[in-house]
Amino acid sequence: MDPLDIARWQFGITTVYHFLMVPLTIGLGVLVASLQTAWHVTGREHYLRMTKFWGKLFLINFIMGVATGIVQEFQFGMAWSEYSRFVGDVFGAPLAMEALLAFFVESTFLGLWIFGWKRLPKAVHLACIWCASLATVFSAYFILVANSWMQHPVGTELVDGRGVMTDAWAVFTNNTALVTFPHTIFGAFAVAGAFLLGIAWFHLYKRRAAGIDTVDATGRVVVGEDTSRGRNRDKTDYRVWITSLRLGAVVALISFLGVAFSGHAQAQLMFEQQPMKMAAAEAACHDGTGFSVLSIGNLSADGATTCEDIVAVYEIPGLLSFLANDDFTTEIKGVNTLLPEYQEKYGTHLPDDPMYGERAGQEINYLPLMEVTYWGFRMMITFGGLAAFAAAVALWIVRKGTVPQRRWLSRLAVFGILAPFGANSAGWIFTEMGRQPFVVAPNPTFDGVDQVFMFTASAVSPGVSAGEMLFSLVALTSVYAVLLVVEVVLLWRYVGGGVGSAMPELNDTDDGAGQDDDVLAFAY
Amino acid sequence: MEFLPTLWFISIAVLWAGYLFLEGFDLGVGMLLGPFARSEKQRRLLINTVGPVWDGNEVWLITAAGATFAAFPHWYASLFAAMYVPLVVVLLALIFRAVAFEYRGKAETALTRRLWTLALSAGSLVIAFGVGTLLAVTTTGLPLNANGDRVGGPFAWLSWQAVLGGLAVVGFCLAQALAFLALKTDGDVRARSARLLARWAPVLLAPLAGWAVVVVAGNVRPAAVIVLAIGVAAALASWRSAARRAEGRAFLFLGLFLLASVAAIFTSAYPAVLPSTLDAAFDLTVSNASSTPYTLQLMSIVAAFGLPLVLGYQAWTYWVFRRRITEAHIPEAHAVTRIV
Repeated sequence: MDPLDIARWQFGITTVYHFLMVPLTIGLGVLVASLQTAWHVTGREHYLRMTKFWGKLFLINFIMGVATGIVQEFQFGMAWSEYSRFVGDVFGAPLAMEALLAFFVESTFLGLWIFGWKRLPKAVHLACIWCASLATVFSAYFILVANSWMQHPVGTELVDGRGVMTDAWAVFTNNTALVTFPHTIFGAFAVAGAFLLGIAWFHLYKRRAAGIDTVDATGRVVVGEDTSRGRNRDKTDYRVWITSLRLGAVVALISFLGVAFSGHAQAQLMFEQQPMKMAAAEAACHDGTGFSVLSIGNLSADGATTCEDIVAVYEIPGLLSFLANDDFTTEIKGVNTLLPEYQEKYGTHLPDDPMYGERAGQEINYLPLMEVTYWGFRMMITFGGLAAFAAAVALWIVRKGTVPQRRWLSRLAVFGILAPFGANSAGWIFTEMGRQPFVVAPNPTFDGVDQVFMFTASAVSPGVSAGEMLFSLVALTSVYAVLLVVEVVLLWRYVGGGVGSAMPELNDTDDGAGQDDDVLAFAY
Repeated sequence: MEFLPTLWFISIAVLWAGYLFLEGFDLGVGMLLGPFARSEKQRRLLINTVGPVWDGNEVWLITAAGATFAAFPHWYASLFAAMYVPLVVVLLALIFRAVAFEYRGKAETALTRRLWTLALSAGSLVIAFGVGTLLAVTTTGLPLNANGDRVGGPFAWLSWQAVLGGLAVVGFCLAQALAFLALKTDGDVRARSARLLARWAPVLLAPLAGWAVVVVAGNVRPAAVIVLAIGVAAALASWRSAARRAEGRAFLFLGLFLLASVAAIFTSAYPAVLPSTLDAAFDLTVSNASSTPYTLQLMSIVAAFGLPLVLGYQAWTYWVFRRRITEAHIPEAHAVTRIV
C-alpha cells in the first residue's frame, strides 16, 4: 500500500471528524455567553436555566474538539514532514499564534467559567465565558488563515525550494481567508441554531405528549406544569424551550443568509484562484455559462479527455456566469480548456526527483475527483438550504407558542440537527479535494506570488512506512468511532434529563437543600 | 551565534519547561488517581485539585509544538516524523485523558467509571513517558539521513537514553504531584502525599538528574555545569523540605530543580536542536533548521506580547482557586434523572 494514500485518508478522516465538534463549539459557545448575558442583565430565571443546560451540552462537546484538535497539529510533522519543511516558514506562524493567542485563553477561561460559579464576582464570571467563546472564534480565524494560504499562497517567495514569508500582512489579510472566515463562522452558527431548534422542539413535543401544555380552541398554547418531580417541568421550563427554539431558528436563518452571501463571494474568488476546482464542481467539460443542476455520465474520469461523456441533464443558463462574475454572459472555462493550461504552466509529469519516491516522473492528473467535487458542492448547498427551510417552517409553526402534537415532526426536528453538520463536512471535503493534485495550490493570477505550490505527492513524510501510517489510521479511526458513540450517548442522556441534568437542584421536591458556599460549582 | 534563532531556541526550552512545570503535577495527579486514592470521594478530590487548570496547562504542549513548527520547521518535521509510533500512542493517551476528565463524572455504571479512571491514570502515565522520550531523543539524537529523515525503521528511536528520558518525566511528575497534593488538600490525602514524597523523592528525581548529567557530560560547558549543580541542590532541598513538612518550599524547590535541569540540558545541547547519530554533518542546528529572520521577528513580537499575558491570567487562575480543598468540599454525585 502507498503511504501517501493512507496519509491522505487519515488526514481527511481526522479533519472531518474534528470539524464535527468545532462548529458546535464555536456557535454554542457564543450563544451560551449571550444567554448568560441576558440573565445577567434581566435577572430572569429562564435565561439562567438556558445558560446551564446549553452550557452543559457545550462542555460535553467542547472536550472532544480539544482532544481531536491536538491530532491535527501533530500530524503535519508526523505524516507530512516534507510539507512541513516546505511551508513551515509561513504556515507554522498562524498555527503557533492560534495556540498562544487563542487556545490558551479558551482553555484557561473555560476552566474559570466551569469552576467559577459563585466563586467569582458575577460580572467577572460572565466575562470568562465571553473570553473563552470569543477565543474559539479567534482560533478559527488563525486556522483559516493557514488553510487559505494553502488554497491561495500570498505574501511568500520561493527561496531555495521552500516557501518563505515576505509579507505577514498579506498572509493575514489573504482575500481567501477574509471570505472563508465569515463563511465558516456562519456555518458554525447554523449548526448551533439547528441544535437548539431540534432539542427544544423535542422537549416541547414531550410536554405536549405528556399533556402538560395544551392548546385552546383559538390555537393558543395554555402552559401547564408538572412539579411532581421538582421544578424541572414548570412554567419557567416551558419558557426555556420556546425561547431556545425561537432563538435557534432565528440564528439558523440569519446564518444561512450569511453563509449564502459569503459563499457567493468565496465562489467568485475560487473561479479566479482555482478554476479547475470550480470546473470540476460543475462537471463542466466545455466552456459555457450554464449551471448544471444535474449531470450524468462518468464523473470518475481520470484521463485528460474522458469528461466528454458527461451530459448535463438540466442546466440553468447564465447562472454559472452569475456565480463567477455577477453577469450572465461571460464564458467560464471548462475542464477541456483548463487542462492544457495547467499542463503548460506546471508540467505534464512529476519531476524526476527522489523526493517523489515511486511517483517520480509519473503523469500528473490535474482533474480532481469529479464525483467528490460535484456532489460535495451540491450536498453542501442542499443540506444548508434544507436547514434554513426547516428553520423558517419551524418559526411559522410555533408562532402561537408551542409545537404540534405530532411525533414525526419532532423526529424530523431532531434529525434536522444533522443537516448543517452535513453541509459543513461536504463543504470542507469539496474545498480540500478540489485542490488536488496540489497540497498548496498554485496561484494562477500571480499577484506577487509565483511558483509557490506543492504537489500532494511530494508532501508526505519520506521516512515513515506504510505500516506505521496504517497503524495510526486504524488506531485513530477506531478510537474516534468509539468516542463518537460515547459523545452522542452522553449528549442524549443530558438532553433527556432536561434542564435538571445541568441543575440537579431542580429535581429536588423539597426546597430545603442548603447551599454550601464553598462547594465546587461544576465539580468533575 | 545567530541572535533570533538562539532566542527561539531559548523560547522553546522555556515552553517545554513551562509545560513540564505546570502539567507535571496534573499528569502526576492523573497517574496517582488509580493507585493512590482510597475511595471514590478521594478520586474525585484528586481530579478536582487540577480540575480548573489542567486544560490550560496542556496548551503549553500545543504551543511548544506549534512554536517549533513556526520557528524550526525542520526540527519539527524530522522529530515528529521520526517519532511516529510513540507520538501516535501519546496522541491516543491525550485524547482519552482529556475526554476522561469531562466524562468520568458522567459515567452511569461502576464499570464505565473504572474505565475512565483507567483512561485518566494510564493516559497520564503514557503522556509523561512519551513526552520524556521525545525530549530525550531531541537531546541525544536520532538516526537521521541528509534530508533529516529517520532511517532504521519505526523503532529506530528506541535507546536507553529515550527510556531514561521517559522515566525522568514520569518520576518528576509523580514527585510534583505529591508536593502539589500536600499543598492543595487537607486531611488524609495531604498527610499521605507528604509522607510519600519524603520517602520516595530521591528515587523519583534521580532519572531526571541522570538525564541532565548524561547530556551535560556529553558537551561540558561551564554554564551548564553550574546550572546543573543548582538543579541537584534544589532537588536535595526539596527532599529535605518534604521531610520537614515545609510543603510550599518542597513544591518550589521541585520547580527549581526542573527549570535548572531543562536549562542545563538545553544549554549543553545548543546549537544542535536534533543531532543525527549517523553523521554530525546531518545534525539539525539552530541555524540550519530555523525559519527566516522575517518569520522569527514576527513570532518574537507576538510572543513578547502574548506570553506575559498568558502567564498573567494563568497565575490569576491559580490565585482564584488557591484554597485547599478537602473531601468535604466534593458535592454528592448527581445521576441524571430522565424526565422524558
